Amino acid sequence: MSGFLGVLQRELRLNLSGGGEVLTLVLFFIIVGAIVPFAIGPDQVLLASIAPGIIWIAAFLAMLLGLDRLFRPDRDDGTLALYRLADMSMAGVVAAKVIAHWLTTALPLIIASPFLAMILAMDGPTFARTALSLLLGTPALAAFGAFGAAVTVAIRRGGLLAPILIAPLCVPVLIFGVGAIAPLGGPDQASSAMLFLAALSLMALALSPFAAALAIDWGEE
Amino acid sequence: MTQGQVQHRINLKTQALACGRGDAVLVADLSLEVAAGSALLLRGPNGAGKSTLLLTLAGLLRPISGTLVFEGADPEAGPFIHHCGHKNAVRPRLTVLETLRFWADLNGSGPLPPAAALERVGLARTARVDAGYLSAGQQRRLVLARLLVSPRPVWLLDEPSAALDAAGRELMAALLVDHLESGGLAVIATHDDIALPGAATLTLGAEA
Repeated sequence: MSGFLGVLQRELRLNLSGGGEVLTLVLFFIIVGAIVPFAIGPDQVLLASIAPGIIWIAAFLAMLLGLDRLFRPDRDDGTLALYRLADMSMAGVVAAKVIAHWLTTALPLIIASPFLAMILAMDGPTFARTALSLLLGTPALAAFGAFGAAVTVAIRRGGLLAPILIAPLCVPVLIFGVGAIAPLGGPDQASSAMLFLAALSLMALALSPFAAALAIDWGEE
Repeated sequence: MTQGQVQHRINLKTQALACGRGDAVLVADLSLEVAAGSALLLRGPNGAGKSTLLLTLAGLLRPISGTLVFEGADPEAGPFIHHCGHKNAVRPRLTVLETLRFWADLNGSGPLPPAAALERVGLARTARVDAGYLSAGQQRRLVLARLLVSPRPVWLLDEPSAALDAAGRELMAALLVDHLESGGLAVIATHDDIALPGAATLTLGAEA
């Protein structure tokens, strides 16, 4: 347990102290959302109707951008070899890293999302549902992302490969994430989409540490 | 957890061990025995396979063929090997003490607290300094402190004396003597003369 907390604490310290990476990702998220009105014109009705999708895409892209720093720096400086001989399982290390990754990537995006909602002319209730769906869905993105980063960590210059690899895995998250905000079918579809989203996140969080740990062990051997 | 392993005396035995990277065999047909309380110095030219052998012994690389056994090790009691490679695993933005505390959390801490271990390796004054500012030799000393905070019976050291000054080498030799006297085992790849009484030497790559 002390190992798990140690990894978590180290990741938070490294990500939050000094580097400004968190702020960079938040700015990227806001900029992706903010250029949409310029691209499609200032039609408030149209913007409001596609706003949930735009926020989700912006969050998705911002989270992919942060993936490369999940395992690569540790591999480069030898910490990954240390993890393999540590008094805790690699899956535990990955789980701690996924949690830290979510806290330092997804949570700041969710906190910054009201700003984007304002730019995209979203109304209050829609925004509340958007924030809730982001809160439920981004853990799945972080978990799938960790798996992608683990598979590609042994590949030199594999930085861009992870996003491409996991994008198909993340499609269901996007479908249910947006479906939970803007129901297209019947009246009760939004809440069931929300439940599916939560289920996806729980499943991804439970399985991806083991898959990622296996991928790292195989890649390093 | 690691405490229990120290009482165990672990012997290293390999039989017809071959190891290498990918398909390239670097060390072939190696049968060696290192008993608890003794050390083996690996020597040989660059590229002879010293680091690869150490990685294989640590279990970080799969042996190509042959067997590798640590007799007396209890697999239930957690990891019993310290491997120190070329890379120091020291990251800027964490202080020296934070780095060592993290290693102690990760590997299981022993009786020696991190601050005392820093004192022992001569880094007490830099405890609050960003680890990224340490010189190469100071980083190597920090790595030695990692061996002290989590007692483990098997030390696999890859050129531990590189970048160390004369006092640092004496310190390392003293730590190794303590480790061996307490029943530990060490395999050390080195190009330097390490003052270890009774250490066997294996020269790799002489015939290749």
